[in-house]
Amino acid sequence: MADVSAAHVYDSDRRRPRWLEEAAFLWRYRGLVHELVIRDIKVRYKRSVLGLLWTMLAPLLNMIALTLVFSALLKMAISNYPVYFMAGQIFWNFFAQTTITASMQTQASNDLAKRMFIPRSVFVLAAIGGGLVNLFLSLIPLVVILFVTGFPFHATWAFLPVSIFILMLFTTGIALLLFTLTSRFADVREMYGVLVQTWFFLTPIVYEPSIVPSRYRVWLSLNPMYHLIQVFRKPIYDGTLPSPELIVVSLAFSVIVLITGWVYFCHRTDKMAYWS
Amino acid sequence: MAAVIQLEKVGLRYRVPRERILSLKEYAIRKLQRRVKYDHLQALDDVDLSVEPGERVGVIGRNGAGKSTLFRVISRVLPPSAGRVYVAGRIAPILELGLGFHGELTARENVMLQGALLGFSRAEMRRRLERIIGWAELEDFMDAPTRTFSTGMAARLAFAVATDVDPDILLVDEALSVGDEKFQRKCHDRMQGFHDRGKTMMLVSHSASQIRENCDRAIWLHHGRLVRDGSAAEVTEAYHQWSMGESDLVQ
Repeated sequence: MADVSAAHVYDSDRRRPRWLEEAAFLWRYRGLVHELVIRDIKVRYKRSVLGLLWTMLAPLLNMIALTLVFSALLKMAISNYPVYFMAGQIFWNFFAQTTITASMQTQASNDLAKRMFIPRSVFVLAAIGGGLVNLFLSLIPLVVILFVTGFPFHATWAFLPVSIFILMLFTTGIALLLFTLTSRFADVREMYGVLVQTWFFLTPIVYEPSIVPSRYRVWLSLNPMYHLIQVFRKPIYDGTLPSPELIVVSLAFSVIVLITGWVYFCHRTDKMAYWS
Repeated sequence: MAAVIQLEKVGLRYRVPRERILSLKEYAIRKLQRRVKYDHLQALDDVDLSVEPGERVGVIGRNGAGKSTLFRVISRVLPPSAGRVYVAGRIAPILELGLGFHGELTARENVMLQGALLGFSRAEMRRRLERIIGWAELEDFMDAPTRTFSTGMAARLAFAVATDVDPDILLVDEALSVGDEKFQRKCHDRMQGFHDRGKTMMLVSHSASQIRENCDRAIWLHHGRLVRDGSAAEVTEAYHQWSMGESDLVQ
């Protein structure tokens, strides 16, 4: 028999630590992540008229509604509210929608992963990949609004890849935690839906952080999404680079959440086949 | 020569909650009241099995005897709760046909997806694409969504992918009973070619004739225990006798 490479030997008595084992499998199945992202995009846009356009229209409609409420009715003094709001909302949406999508992958992934071996982390990563595609699409309406309102296009936009990378780490961590919990308990998904809604309003996206009373500032600084949104708003809206402190804080939050998520997820992967 | 599949005293116990608790709220309440009760289902019990390279092993047994669980343990979907599982080689499962196919995607797209599910790279699948579609005789339907396919067409495509990627071990779970006679013939030829190249195969089937036709050896599972292991002819005959109520279950 042809010699079998060590990568294809499975010995249930000699397994590597789970976090390492899952990472090695994820690398081997990276083609599947790619394939799943393509599949989801194709399926989403195949039988729809608005399709791609809708992904770009949704944040615009949101922005118009909130601009009306907050700058026209509540007379909030933020100059160029549309840009201010969109510079936060687009990235919040990436985070919220991607984590929700990841939690919805449990059923579909079970159907496959309980019959053939597939590292389940590919489904979480596929949700992140799909989210990134949507994120890039929703940058288009932001650019449109920039031009329409005559807002300057700052050179600091060049920093955005770094911002997106940091947010992606954080989002992946939360998605892994959520996927693991929803695999066990289906109602976690609905609870998270409510939680994420509340979280949105606790994060300065529709309002400025400066209106938060000083005694609540401590709580605000404990909200990772507060820092992460700033990492986007600085280069887009303020035209400045995020301060080193801001980068360190947001990166620290993201890395801690990612490691926690990964370790917890890997610790539970053996069980997931039994839960399904 | 060393075994490609080696199971040593393998046990697999499912812990089944007495009531299906899907919600966290419910679970928390019951946990507090200490009312979470489990039943244990021994799906595999003390199974010893050693398969040499090139062997063709049929698996028979009644529904719920542990045949599919055995495949899941071998393909590392389920970690064993007792004993040791050792498998050397790349596995391709042929399970419920069309599993992992997405109806909205075309045949071409589904082949790429299916290959990725088996752990193959895009470049590798692109190279195999033509041949797979050709073998499945679906050249004219390459760009049609698979929801428009008949069961037979979907089966041909799934079988074509799983066997084209040339795994070391093929696990076939009652997948060959669909399709017309010509397809069955082709599958048989393909598996023969597989065998000729020294590859290993395991086949679950309810059909004794299918096992005799495709396998040299057979094992019989009953309530998760391996009750018989021998030549395909002998084991299928014993199983038949027992099913007819003409013999007891003694080894």
